[in-house]
This record gives sequence, C-alpha cells and structure tokens, in this order.
Amino acid sequence: MSLRFIPLLFAALLLSACGKSATDQASDQLTVRIGAAAPLTGPQAHLGKDNENGTRMAIEDANAKGISIGGRKVHFELVSEDDQADPKTATIVAQKLVDDNVSGVIGHLNSGTTIPAAKIYSDNGIPQISPSATAVAYTHQGFRTAFRVMANDAQQGHALGVYAVKNLGAKRIAVIDDRTAYGQGLADEFIRAATAAGAEIVSHEYTSDKSVDFTAVLTAVKAKQPDLLFYGGMDAQGGPMARQIRALSLNAKFMMGDGGRTPEFIKLAGDAAQSVYASLPGVPLEKMAGGTEFSRRYETEFKQPIQLYAPYCYDAVNVMIAAMQKANSTDPAKYLPTLANITHDGITAKIQFDGNGDLKGGAVTLYQVQQGQWQPLETIGGAATP
Amino acid sequence: MEIFLQQIINGVVQGSVYALVALGYTMVYGILGLINFAHGEVVMMGAMISLSALTALIGMGLSPLLALPLSLVLAIAVCMLLGYGIERIAYRPLRHAPRLAPLITAIGVSIVLQNLAMMIWGRDYHSFPQLFVNQAHQMGGAIINDIQLFIVIAAVCVMAGLMFVVHRTRLGRAMRAVAENQHAAQLMGVNVNRVVSITFMIGSALAALAGMMVSANYGLAHYYMGFLLGLKAFTAAVLGGIGNLRGAMLGGLLLGLIESLGAGYIGDITGGFMGSQYQDVFAFMVLIAVLLFRPSGLLGERLAERA
Repeated sequence: MSLRFIPLLFAALLLSACGKSATDQASDQLTVRIGAAAPLTGPQAHLGKDNENGTRMAIEDANAKGISIGGRKVHFELVSEDDQADPKTATIVAQKLVDDNVSGVIGHLNSGTTIPAAKIYSDNGIPQISPSATAVAYTHQGFRTAFRVMANDAQQGHALGVYAVKNLGAKRIAVIDDRTAYGQGLADEFIRAATAAGAEIVSHEYTSDKSVDFTAVLTAVKAKQPDLLFYGGMDAQGGPMARQIRALSLNAKFMMGDGGRTPEFIKLAGDAAQSVYASLPGVPLEKMAGGTEFSRRYETEFKQPIQLYAPYCYDAVNVMIAAMQKANSTDPAKYLPTLANITHDGITAKIQFDGNGDLKGGAVTLYQVQQGQWQPLETIGGAATP
Repeated sequence: MEIFLQQIINGVVQGSVYALVALGYTMVYGILGLINFAHGEVVMMGAMISLSALTALIGMGLSPLLALPLSLVLAIAVCMLLGYGIERIAYRPLRHAPRLAPLITAIGVSIVLQNLAMMIWGRDYHSFPQLFVNQAHQMGGAIINDIQLFIVIAAVCVMAGLMFVVHRTRLGRAMRAVAENQHAAQLMGVNVNRVVSITFMIGSALAALAGMMVSANYGLAHYYMGFLLGLKAFTAAVLGGIGNLRGAMLGGLLLGLIESLGAGYIGDITGGFMGSQYQDVFAFMVLIAVLLFRPSGLLGERLAERA
C-alpha cells in the first residue's frame, strides 16, 4: 500500500467508528433536551439561578428514575440560557433554544421576557411552561403552546387589592410600579380591585427595575399622605424602598406582590422589613405535599434557601415529562395535546390547565414579615390544591 | 414647602454620589483624553471589598467604630491597586493607539470586573450591616440622616482636597503639565507614566469611597451596581464639562437635583399626563440641551485647569 492511502484509511476508520457509536446510542438511549431561560446575570440573577436550580433538580431526578418513552430509555439534558431579564435578549435566547432542538421550555422568569418569547415557541410548536410569569397577557395571546403553573396577576392583584381594603382598612392608597410587564400589570389589577372595594388611589408613581434610589418618588408619595403603599416590582427594588420609606418617615403600610416575597427582600430591607405585606401564588411551602422535603433537598444540594419559584420550576419540568410519558412521545407535536389536558399531582398544586394554559383554580397566599420571616396570613382560592 | 425641601435634600445627596464618581471619569479624561468606562466597576469593587472586610472584621470581634474606617482603608488600598493594574494592563500599551482602541479595552475591563465580582461574591445581593443607629435629623420639616450627611460632607471635602492637590502641589503641576502636552511635559522632566498611574489611583480611591457610601446608604451591594451608577456619573461629568473638576461636581449635583425635582413634580406640573417614569428622560433631555448649546459642557474644558 502506498503511503498516501494511509490518511484516507484512517479517515474511513474514524468515520465508521463514529457511525457505530451514534447508532449504538440511538438504539438504547434517547437524549431529550429541555430548555430553560431566566436572567442569570444582572439585578435579578439570584432569582434566575433559583429557577435554574429548581429545573435542574427535576431533570436530575428524572434521569435518576430512568424513564422510558416509546420503548427507549430517555436521558434528559438541561439547556440553560441567560435572558438578562431583557425582552430583546429573551427573543434571541428563545430562537437559540429552538435551534438547539429542545423538546420543551421551562421559562422565562419575568413576564416581560416570557410574553415576546412565547411567540417564537408558538411559531415552532414548542411547549413552554413558565414557572413564574404572572402577567395575564402571557396566556392570552392565543398561543396553544403557552402554559403556566401558578395563579396569574388577575387573581393575585385581586387578592392583594381586596385584602388591602377589607382586611387592612386602607382608604388612601399610593401605587408605585417598575414599568415592566409584570409590575405594571400587577399594579393595574391591584388598582382595579382596590378601587372596586372602595379605596381611593391618591398617587401613582413609577420607577425602573434597575433603580436603587426612590427618595424622590417616595417624597412625592408622602405629600399625598396615603395609608398604604403598593409596589409592583421585584425584591431588589422593594428592599431598599422599604428602608427609604422608613428613613423618610412615610407612615403607610407597605405591600408587594410575589416579586417581593423572597428571603432576599428581608435581607435587603433589614429592620424595615418588619410588618411588610406580600403575596405569592400557590399555598405556603410548608403546606405543599412534600414541600418541606423539597426545601430540605434544595438546601442540601445548592447550599442556599429557596428564593421564590424553584418548586414551581420543579413541577413545570415534571408535568412536561409526565405529558411525554402519557403521550409516549417526546415529539412536541405529539405530547402538546396531552399536556393541555393533563392532571398532575405536583408539589405546588394539582396541576390542570384551562383553555388559555392558565392553572385551574390557582391559589394566592398573603404573607407578612414577622420577626424576620415571611409568615402566611391567609390563602385565597385554590380549590384544586391537593 | 417641606416636601420641596425634602426633594432638594434628596437631590443633593444623590448628586454628591454622582459627583464623587464623576470626578474619577473627569480626572482620567483630563489627563489622557480617555473615557475610563471601567470606573463604575471600580466603584462596585470598592463597595464589595469594604463590605466583605467589614463583615470579616466584625466577625473577629472588632468594634464597629474601628472596623468601619479600617475596611474603608482596605477597600481604598485594593481599589488603588486595581486602578493601577487596569491602567498598566489595558490602557498604557495603547496610549498611542487610535482613540477607539482604549475605549474598547475599557469596556472589556468593565465586563471582566463584573464577571470576576459575580464569581467571587455570587449573584446574590449583599446587605450592608446596620452597625449603629442611623440618626435622622429634622431640618425645617425635611429629614436627612447621618449617612446622607456624611456623603455630602465627604463629597465637599474630597472636592476641596482635590482642588488643593491639582493647583497647589508639585504633583498637581505635573498633572496639569501632562494634561496640556504629554511630550512637552516629558521633555521637561515629568515622569508621565508615574503621573498617569497616580491619577488612576486617586480616581480609584474616590471610587472606593463612593462605593462604600452608596452601599451604606442603600443598604446593599451587588456585582451589577456599578453599571447604572457609572452611566449616570459619566453623564454628570459630560454635563459639567468633562475634564473639568468643578464641572464634575456641578454636573453631579445638577443631575441629582434634576432627577429628584423632575420625578417629584413632573406629574403635578403636567396634570398626570407625564409621570415619574420620565425621570431619566428628563435628565437626559437636559444633557442634550446643554450639549447642543455648549458642546463642551456647562463649565467647558479649560485646558490650563483640567486634570
């Protein structure tokens, strides 16, 4: 054999070797990619990481269990992307996940990113379950692929507004929102419910999801002498806002939505966290079936407490895998109809979707900070909870 | 009236922070004609380091009165070293390159520092320990607390000190000479590299001070906090006339006041048509207007004085 054939032979050998291993793998194991998108950098990175952790736990559990679909053993693989909580980046990330051939997406974290990304998943027929986007608009765009596993802001804003007026006796209410799809949407629902219950909105001010100084708007709010201040936004702003409310001697009760109900908020607000109100879709973690166990496992694995939506991410993955198993296929087109009609006992709730993809009978729980801890006050709704 | 006074106080406190950070931008620009976009990240590093040092020192059982200045000194020292390193690695090799090149490395350094901080301190917010009671003072119905008072006083002192250094000392003369003409200064026996290094170190020391004060005032530190602050301070420097020390101070205070008065009154003035979401729009509109009529900023760039 002349020397110049050797590389050719080598290449042929290599090729055949590749081909062999690929077919081997294909015959006994199927790799299914599940996409996840959340802000992993920027001011909300702690919440994004929390979502990723919850998703990762569910995928690791599924792999440990050894699930077979369509007669083949399935290995789930997490493809986690950073959307920076930015709507523009979210659409790029969504397209990237689609190009990576994911079978489904858990995400995004923010409503502002979930809403534009939903169109891309819908165009490509990929089921999307958001574990945390609460804005009503997300599931009302007419996309068959959009689902969420917690109550939306219509339910949450309503619960907050009614509680503020009926239980806390608020008459003059001031509202601040961060102008994101989430903050604005929640504030609008809150205002609707509070005015319907008989309170007056004396001031509506705005900030951004990157600010840390709110003294100017808080001073403007103080001039209107409200007895309750509602903030539609996240913990990173809510924490310093609570401090500044105290520093300016603004004597009003302070209330937030789910974006503020985190351990991070209490850490950031310090002493000023005392007596602050916030809500969270779903029942309290201790009351969830297996919630305490989940919380313990999470803390062992990631060495930090659950911030907010990790259990919902865990459920979102599991309900997606359950639909795949039931449909006996990981093909999005095949398991999507099954997902829409599924009944799944998760840790956060009994998951069933309505025609829009919203959670049926989602509960909302109100909390208050007492002695440096979020204490549940009252759970509203949630007939379908186990 | 007391609401108006409160808004003025809010603006002056916020403006003093902007001014302190803006001084760092303006000093470097004055001497090198370079916009050091990594400056905001040095502020963040200052906040993070002082916070870590403070937590460690308190943990060792030191009294807060001793731990606070000690951690500030440590943060300043580390930031000075950082400023020196940034200049040495990212800017000095490019000093005679086209102006775009150091601008790109500046952005690069900023990204590197941000990610470095994310790796060291994580993605979580770090809360600043409440060591002693932050006494609130009544001033004609408006409220100012100890930390805010300290911020304003520190900014004024730093400004006065800097003016003294630049105009009354040998180092200041060297700085002004380098600003005017690097080559001529070198020929006259000024060690240009040394002057530039010292300028970066002074700027970084101010950044560390600003970082610690910001995190004490808002009660938090986060690896991302330098970005917006840097942007605002840069705006303040341009507003006052970049390269001009007094301009940085004026621009900072003005920006702070415009923001707080704008956010506080725009809703009432326009009858609810425009709300406080236009806070930033307001500030940038003023900037555009100033640049249209005075392209070199409010106080302009007086060559002999820049540094």
